[in-house]
This record gives sequence, structure tokens and C-alpha cells, in this order.
Amino acid sequence: MKEVTFGQYYPVDSFIHRMDPRLKIVFLIGFIVAIFLADNFYGLAACAGVLILAVALSRVPVGKVLRAVRGILFLVIFTAAINILFHTGEHVYWQWSIFSVTREGILFSAYLILRLVLLVVCSSLLTYTTTPVSLTDGIESLLTPLKWIRFPVHALALIMSIALRFIPILMDETDRIKNAQKARGADFESGGPIKRIKAFIPILVPLLLSAFRRADELGDAMDARCYGGKTRTKYKKLHFTWRDLLGFLLLAALITGVVLLRIYVGEML
Amino acid sequence: MHALEFRNVDFAYSEEGKRDFCIKKLNFTVEEGEFVAVLGHNGSGKSTLARLSNGILASDGGEIRVFDSVLTDKNLFDIRKQVGVVFQNPDNQTVASIVEDDVAFGAENIALPREEIGRRIDFALKAVGMEEFRRATVARLSGGQKQRVAIAGVLALKPRIMILDESTAMLDPKGRREIANVALRLNKEEKITVLFITHFMEEALLADRAVVMNRGEIVMEGTPREIFSRHEELLTYNLTLPRIGRICKSLSEGGMSVNDTLDIDTLADEIARDIKGDSAL
Repeated sequence: MKEVTFGQYYPVDSFIHRMDPRLKIVFLIGFIVAIFLADNFYGLAACAGVLILAVALSRVPVGKVLRAVRGILFLVIFTAAINILFHTGEHVYWQWSIFSVTREGILFSAYLILRLVLLVVCSSLLTYTTTPVSLTDGIESLLTPLKWIRFPVHALALIMSIALRFIPILMDETDRIKNAQKARGADFESGGPIKRIKAFIPILVPLLLSAFRRADELGDAMDARCYGGKTRTKYKKLHFTWRDLLGFLLLAALITGVVLLRIYVGEML
Repeated sequence: MHALEFRNVDFAYSEEGKRDFCIKKLNFTVEEGEFVAVLGHNGSGKSTLARLSNGILASDGGEIRVFDSVLTDKNLFDIRKQVGVVFQNPDNQTVASIVEDDVAFGAENIALPREEIGRRIDFALKAVGMEEFRRATVARLSGGQKQRVAIAGVLALKPRIMILDESTAMLDPKGRREIANVALRLNKEEKITVLFITHFMEEALLADRAVVMNRGEIVMEGTPREIFSRHEELLTYNLTLPRIGRICKSLSEGGMSVNDTLDIDTLADEIARDIKGDSAL
């Protein structure tokens, strides 16, 4: 059986790990709002400070957290280059045709890079410290108000939970089918990209077929356990604790601070 | 009172107007507290029997009664609370990634209060001997353990009848033994009526009564021993004896004088007796 570390949960016990998944999701959203509201150096520095504190509290190694940044390195360099070359401003250092390097351009790029890095680090911190299962629970709970407009919140949560449950099963199955095709001489490694993609069709077709068969059986098993009644209760309950209160206060302080800085210090370019 | 009763039940898969009977005029009763094994070759209709019993499939004729109430569209949920069905593939029955969340699923569906769901999880996991795996990830369990979780998921509804529809078919010998023992325990200790559908003849030996199905009909009925003594008849339905019975048969065909038995120790004694008899000559 394959190790099922879907996502990138980092299993340690920490302040952040023990926080309510709902608060963590809200915190992430609030944090993203804060980094885009911050339009000067002090605001972004405050955001970075809060995030550094969160990383320190999470006990996730800094190297692991920074690894997430590596994934967007190309995007960061590319957007930075474009912005530096095309941003116009008063303090021009270098100019050629439509390209120019300006003080404003450099600062703008620097802010953009900082924002992207903060964004990626904060969202990966969420997945490092929260299991997929409790993330699902958190999303379900946060979407509960949508029940008022008859949005099937529970069904959505169940779909997410079943999807998580079946990822390792289908991964195993893919391996099995792949090996079976290899044993009969299928070649997945050589040839151009088109040929390689084509080689995957004999894997995808049986995989899809088996997924449908599994869905059918799962449906029967769910029916057999009385699924589909009008009312339903929930065994798992999420609890807010003092940690979540602290997290919420910190977020509120951050957003207020950023807004105040925006008003009183203003844009720094 | 019969726990489960089929009266003249028909069931057909229709394809392009042609009706292919899967169950024909089936009459069948299970008494409360009984442990019944249902044997049959592939396509004999034994799995259809399980799916008809809790209304996953609707019959085309006849009547199905569960503790004297007739199964209809209206009481489907009540019937399903009483008749729990565990299926073949342990991977295709769990909805949640964590054991306790999955066991809770059925109890949540019937809208039990939280505290009661907790008690039911305790009860169900204990009954299948999986209490120390409460917070475990389902994907990391063995086949037998997964199937025990599936049984616990059904047990959380506190059914009075438990149908295991070839629940051992995909397991290794160790997993099969685990499931058979759990079924036996539920029958003896929790007084749950068990219908054990299988094509492993050894497992039928656990039952009070065995039923052989062929082409949608019940063709043999009796205690497992009675059924296995009718060896020739079993063969016509593409079924064989349990392993020990087969060895016994081969030995007597080979000229040894051993009496028919299905028990390994008795067979050993019989062989010893025969050898001693030979050397005495």
C-alpha cells in the first residue's frame, strides 16, 4: 500500500496545528486581503512579520515552507522582469525603445514579489498544518450559511470527503494498470510528448471504467447505510478555543494596521 | 416470527424487452437468531438475494417480509435500519478517510444525536475488534481490517439482520478468517441473525443451515453436513466440497478406507487408523 500523504500535511503538534480549520481558512482569506490592501513598505513588513510568527509557531521547518516558493520561482522572475521593463515612472535609470528601468518599476516589482511569496507561504502553511479531512470539515462548516439558499452544502462536503478517500485507491489502481500494460510491452517513457500522451489512453480508459464501477458499488453501500434521508446529524464538531481567538485578534489587528498605514502613510513608490 | 421471508419473489433484469430471470418464484425464510450460509456458483442469484432484502433492488413480483412487515417504498428506511448489508469489495464501501468518521456515516444518516453516535461507534468498533483503530486512516488498513470497518459501519445502525454478500471473496485467508469469526461472534453474542453469502465452502461449515442456489432457485437446503454429504449433487451445481472433504474423497478413491469427514483432526485419526490397520495385517 502506498503511503497516503496526499497534500503535504506535516504531522507535528503545534499551536497552529491545534487551531480550528475554519479559523485557519478565514485567516488565510483575511491575510490575502491584507497583503493586497498594503500599498507601502510598512504594511507589507507587518504582514511578513505576522507570517514569520505563524511559521515559527507551526514548528514546520523553514526549509519546507520555502520549498513552496520554489514552485512559483519562474512566475516570480517572469512577472518581476516584465514589470521592471515596462513600468513607467519619473526616476528613469535606463531607457531603450519602449523598455525602461525606473525606480518606481523596481519598487513595484519588489512589492509584487513580496506579495506573491507571502501568499504562497501562507497558503502552504495552511496545508502543512491542516489535514485534508479537517480542511473539508472546515469548508463544510464555513459554507453552512449557504443552506439558506438551498445550496447542498452537505452533499458538497461528502463529495470532497469521498474524493479524498478514493485518491489513494485510484493511485494504486493506476499503478496496477500501468504495470499490466508494461508487462504487455506498452512503452510510456520514449517518444515525443504527443506519443507519450497517447500512450496513456490505455491507462485512462480502464481507470475510468473501474471508477464508474466503484461509484456504483459505493452508491449501493451508501444506500444500505440509509443515506438520503431528509434529516441528518453530524458527529464531528469543531471547537473554537483561545488559540483561535488569538488568531482572530491578530488578523483583525493586522488588517486594521494595514488600512491605517494605507490612509496615513499612503502609497510608497 | 421469521426474521426474513421471501414469498414467491421474482426478479428479472430486462434487456431490450427480453426478461432474463435472475430470481424465480423464490421462497425462503430465515428464523430470528439463525446463521444461514447461502452457497452458489457465479450468477446463481445469491447476490441479488442480498440486494432484494434491503430494497436496493426492487422485486418484480412476490413479497419480501422483514420481521413481519412487508418491504415497500414507504418503509425502505426502516427496513434498511434492520437489514444491514456488507458488500464484496472493502475499498468501495467506505466514504470517509478516518475509521470513526466512516462508522459514524450510517448513524448520522438516521439523524441520531451526537452522544448516541459516539456510543454506537464504541459499540460497533468493539464488536468487530477494531477499537484501537478508531483514529486510523482507512487506506492503511489490511483487507480484513477494512472489511471489519465496513461491518462496523453497518453495525452502527444496530441492524437485527446482517447480510454479508460475498464479503470474504476479495480477502486473503487471514482476512477471511477474521470476517468469519466476526460474523460468528455477532450471531452468538449480539444475537444478530446472519445471512452469510459465499462461494468458499469452508465458511458454510460455521452456519446452522446452508442453502444452495442455482439459476435463481434454491436447489438444496439443510445443515452444512447434510449438504456436503450429497457430494454428487453439489457437483452438478458447479460446487465442490470443502478442502478436507475433497482430500477425504480422494483418499477413499485411492483405496484407503477412511470415513467421510469435514474435520481435519477426524481425518488425521481416520488416516492413522487405516495405516495401523494395514500394518496389522
